[in-house]
This record gives sequence, structure tokens and C-alpha cells, in this order.
Amino acid sequence: MNLPNHKELKSKERMAIPAQEMPVQDAKVRRDNMSEVALGYTQEQAQLEAMRCLQCKTAPCVAGCPVQIDIPGFIGAIANGDNKAAIDILKQNSLLPAVCGRVCPQETQCQAPCTVGKSLKDVNKAVSVGRLERFVADWERDNNMVTSPEVKKETGKKVAIVGSGPASITVAADVRRQGHSVTMFEAFHKTGGVMVYGIPEFRLPKKIVQMEIDSLEAMGVEVKTNFVVGRTRKLLDFMEKDGFDAIFVGTGAGLPRFMNIEGENLVGVFSANEYLTRTNLMKAYDKKNSHTPIFNSRKVAVFGGGNVAMDAARTAVRLGADEVHLIYRRTEVEMPARVEEGHHAKEEGVIFHLLENAKRILGDENGCVKAIECLRYKLGEPDDSGRRRPVVVEGSEFIIDLDTVIVAIGNDSNPLIKQTTPDLETNKWGNIIADENCKTSIDGIYAGGDIVLGAATVILAMGQGRAAAKAINDYLNIL
Amino acid sequence: MNKIIQKIQLSEEVFKIMVEAQLISEECLAGQFILLQVDENGERIPLTIVDSDKEKGTIDLIFQAVGKTTHLLAELNVGDEILNLVGPLGTPTHIEKLGTVVCVGGGIGVAPAYPIAKAMKAAGNKLIVIIGARNKDLIILEEEMKEIADELIICTDDGSYGQKTLVTGPLKELCEKDNKPDLVVAIGPPIMMKFCAETTRPYEVSTVVSLNTIMIDGTGMCGGCRVTVGDKVKFVCVDGPEFDGHLVDFDNMMQRLKTYKKHEDKAHEQCHLDMKIKSKQNRNEPA
Repeated sequence: MNLPNHKELKSKERMAIPAQEMPVQDAKVRRDNMSEVALGYTQEQAQLEAMRCLQCKTAPCVAGCPVQIDIPGFIGAIANGDNKAAIDILKQNSLLPAVCGRVCPQETQCQAPCTVGKSLKDVNKAVSVGRLERFVADWERDNNMVTSPEVKKETGKKVAIVGSGPASITVAADVRRQGHSVTMFEAFHKTGGVMVYGIPEFRLPKKIVQMEIDSLEAMGVEVKTNFVVGRTRKLLDFMEKDGFDAIFVGTGAGLPRFMNIEGENLVGVFSANEYLTRTNLMKAYDKKNSHTPIFNSRKVAVFGGGNVAMDAARTAVRLGADEVHLIYRRTEVEMPARVEEGHHAKEEGVIFHLLENAKRILGDENGCVKAIECLRYKLGEPDDSGRRRPVVVEGSEFIIDLDTVIVAIGNDSNPLIKQTTPDLETNKWGNIIADENCKTSIDGIYAGGDIVLGAATVILAMGQGRAAAKAINDYLNIL
Repeated sequence: MNKIIQKIQLSEEVFKIMVEAQLISEECLAGQFILLQVDENGERIPLTIVDSDKEKGTIDLIFQAVGKTTHLLAELNVGDEILNLVGPLGTPTHIEKLGTVVCVGGGIGVAPAYPIAKAMKAAGNKLIVIIGARNKDLIILEEEMKEIADELIICTDDGSYGQKTLVTGPLKELCEKDNKPDLVVAIGPPIMMKFCAETTRPYEVSTVVSLNTIMIDGTGMCGGCRVTVGDKVKFVCVDGPEFDGHLVDFDNMMQRLKTYKKHEDKAHEQCHLDMKIKSKQNRNEPA
């Protein structure tokens, strides 16, 4: 394929290049496997897509990025065919480009204000920043070009990182670079937090997450799994007994919310956390080898409209359910899930029930789920979040027969650290209170990610990780 | 890490192992448990910490080989390591001097009852222990309990040892006395705990039960362990494992425990088949 010459292209010609679709696994095929759905751009596609970028001086995309990646910079490098330069630019700001390129909600962040998308009056025609980010990160990995960041001379200062999700990984890398000793503690037997137990293989291959952890270990970060901070060791004991000079708490939002409706403790009702942890972390989909069982479902309802709900629904499809119903009380416009996830779910046969919500779950004589009773809704006035409030249509009850319910309506903050560290201030939802530098009410203890923000995204967790690492490094320098 | 340094077979299916776990031994209190995974493909299962020794850095675990994971665990020997082991988890037992405390242990439930009984005794309570089992061979920790209890009552279903009665028999007698117990701690199969709670209810004797439900992470993350207590949903791993026995919805809990029954039965059967093949191979016989 003859690519146009990037340097000679005029804006009009750039705009005329069609938006490059990323190849994906066929929907019928992928229903039966756990492999990644999106297959990634080819070199030509990536360059063509990169040439669509107008290199705006104002770079509205950068303002839309929670970690202010030099987006025109790295895209320009791809357009020039210089992938190495592109990944170097990306890595100045993002520690997890292969992850963020896959799971960031780009359409509401960097791609939302993109001039190309605006000019074409379609956000879906914005330059695909995320796909390009993914492309160069994969290119670097596939070509064994990943290099370990330089670590400064040992300072003798010790930092404990609690949790091993995106916020913690970011802090670990940024603090270790300055020569401080870093130990990362994870409660599970595998590291990666939500990227390993929550986000499915078909959206984020686990080997990519593992490489990020490997690269931390190559920098000299010590990783301790099977360690529940608060139980195996109290948070304050890290400083008082173990000689840590600073702590970062990135334990995530790990306490599943339920609907508090009748029938939620019936056999066959699961939190999305449980359903996904069984399949992702414990590999229950590998029925031949994994000892962890997964419920054998024929007809499934998933409650919720976020990315986790989509992950659960699409997992149920792959585990062999005949019918998967997604029940969401607003419309698709208000759905918090990424458009692409909703689109993929529908392609895979997930049945969307919009403006409907479960009223109760009905059980049989053995206490197993046999149906749900739903109500229809209509949209009323906007609520505090600016979204139109769903209002019940009285008398609209109807029944859907099924055997499994997965509740995916969000998480509250995990209470373990709070319960075992009474001096650590939390808000009424149990989130740790931290300032803009992620500093908590206790000197030397910092917190970030979902335990501070409530359930959010990988990129926001990473953004907080960067801020926290900077604050920790500053704190250690004057200590 | 997590090396097995002692292994004792207590009965045909019940084993006691002492495992190296320095940090857990330092932090654990009565009533807490651990989660373990035997191998890479293994399931995570909870087991109560029966005893611990800070100086040696060890914890004792007792388990009955009833499922795939416990069978695999039973196959490990002294010197072998348990791949993953995490803890101590759960809220420790509230230990207080109350007067007379009755600890009821049914079957393998005697194991988790032991550290609580020990701590209750150490707090200055009069300790009465009731041990129940199907038959004499399945009685465990008799000597250990005898050492700490002011009174030890043993019952078997078939009368092969001690009284021929269910644990609820002597429990009822104790409740009927003028100086009825100040607290009953009942640990064993769900059905036993349910009937212990029903036995003490009319006498208004506070009854604590320790629940062993399906769990994955043990930190509140999955919610698989949830039970109904009173009108509230509680997580056994973080809110428990101990609850007011008079408020627990045992019927719902027993149903939930059967969630993966089909799968478990199949795995168990396969496990026995595999073991048969293995023992035949060991004897150089055709499988």
C-alpha cells in the first residue's frame, strides 16, 4: 500500500482520509472464546489514522486527557513512521499505554474535543487516539523494545504501596525511579487489581497486565501477594514497626452494591465482582483445568448499564448462556458504559432492556432464581447528575423467566483499611479523604484511585497515582 | 513460604497440619480464618486457624477431605508448600468474662471452636465443652478440649462413644439449669448450628455461631459469602464469620451453600477416581 506523504498533506486532504476501523474478531466466533475482541491496527492503518490528525496548535485533545499526554506529538511520530519516538512521547505521561489504549473512555476524554470529529460533526470520526496509543504500546512489546525506566541511586527511604491496581502501579514506578525502595502489597494471589480480577481477558489480555508488573519488578520493586493490609499487618504498623517512611493506599472500590430488593440472596444471584472474579482471576471459564466452579446459566439478567455490566453480560455469553438480558432503567444515552462496549455486547447477542428495572427476584421451592419481576420507566426531569431521572410507570410490572441474576450497579469503598485504621479520615461513603496531592489525614500516608474517587476509571486512577507519587517524592526529599 | 512442618491424621478424613506463616501467627486472634489455594488451578477455600505459635511462626489448620481442594491438601506432606495462603481474615471473636460459656463443636466444627474455647477460658469464664460427632472415630481434639474445659460432654449419633444423643440434648439440659449459660458458641454443620440456636432461643441464652460460606477473596470484594442476619445482608468474610445465631437465616444459607453442588459432586467423584488410579499405579497394577 502506498501511503501519502505525511509532511506534504494539507488539512483538507487529512480530513478526506477515512477513519480507520480497527479489525475485530467476528461476533459469532468471539461468542465462544475468551480471546481479545479488538485485534489492533496494522502499521498502514495506524499511519493512515495518524495522518488524519490536523496537529492543531491548541490541541484540545490534550486538555481532554486526564494525564495530559502529548497527543499530537505521539500521533505525529506514528504518521512519520517513527513508532519508537511515539512510544517515548507516550511514556512521558502514561505508564500504562497498552492498558489505557484499550480501556480508556476516549470518546468522552481526548477524542470528544478533537477538531476532526467536530468538523465532521461526529465524535466517532474523531482521530482514534486510543487505538493509536494501543498500537504503539503493542508494537513496542511485540518487538521486545520495552526498556526498564532508569532508577536513581538508592536513597534508603522505604515506601509501602497497598494494592496493585493502576493507581498503585503508577505510584510504584514513579517513586522507584527516584531511588526509593518500594514494596507493593496485594491481597490476592495475583497482582493487577481490577485489571486482573475485573476486566475480562477479551477486553484486556492478562499478559499485558503481567508485563507491567514484570517491568516494575525489573526496576527493583518488591511485590508481596497474599497480604491483606489491615489484617496481615495494620497500616500504621508499616510505619511504626516496619520502618516504612511513606505509604500509598490504592485499595480500590471493592464492596459490591446490591439493589436491596426481594430475592437478592437467592441461589443464582451474583455480584458482578464475584461473577467476573471467578471467570477472570480464577479462570473458571477454563472448565477443564480450573477447579473454581462457575454457575451453569441458561438465561441471565444483568442489572446495570456500566462497563462492568457489559463485561458481565459478555462473559455470560461466552460461558454458554442461551439468553443474556441487560436491564437498565434509563436509556442508552445515559448509559455510563463506553459506546463501543455496548455496541460489542449487542453484536454478541446481549438483549438490551432499556427504561426497565427489576422490582424483585422470584425463587423456586429450592431457593433458586426462577424469574425477575420488572417495571417499566420513563424519563422525567434531570437529577443532580444532569441525567434525566427515570420515573416508574405504575402498574407496568412484567415477568422475565431466567435462572441467573448478576448485579452490576457499582461498588462502595472497601471498609477494611478504615476499620483497622481508625485515625484515617473517610467521608460518609467510606472513601478516604485526600487533598489534591492525595495526602490523607495522617502524615506520610497518601491515597488515590477508586478508594478516594469512588468507582472510576483506570486513567483517573493513573492520574491520581502520578499526583500521589510526586507528593510522596517531595515528602521524602524533605524528610 | 507456607511450608507444612507437621501433619497428623486425626481420623479417616480429618487432618491437622502445622504451617509456617510468621506474619499470620503474629496477628491472628481467636475466630479468624485464612484462605488458601493448593495449586495454580486451585479454588480458594477458607479454613479456620485452630491454633498458632508466634515464636515458631506457625499456624495450625484442621480440615476434612470432603471436596477437591481438601483432597489435594490432604495429599501434601511435611516439607511441601501450600502455594497461596492469606490471612488472618474475618473479625476476631469478642472475648469477655461473662460467667459460664458453653462451646459446642459438631464434627469438624470442633476445630474452629477450640481457639474460641481456649480464649474464653483464658478470659476467666467457666468453660463447658460439648463435642458431637457421628461416631467415635470422628471425634477430634478431645484431649485438647479436656485440658481447658471445666466440663467436657461428648456425644455421638450412634452411641459408640460418650452419650448417644445430638449436641442439642446436653445443650438443652444446660439451659434448663438455674444457672443457665451466659453464652453459647456453636460451630459445626449449618443444620447443627440452626438447631443449637433453636434450642437456646426459648431460654434467651445468647448464641454465637461461626459461618463457613462460599468465598473467593475474603476481603468483602465478591459478596459470595453474603447471608441474611435479622433483616440485614451481611458478608461473612468481613462482618463475620460470627453472628447472632438467633438472627441468622440458616435455611437461605444452606441453600446458598448448594450453589455449586453439582459441580462439587462431580469433582469429588473424579477426585476419588484419580486417587484410585494413583494408588493402583503405586502398587504397579494396571489402572
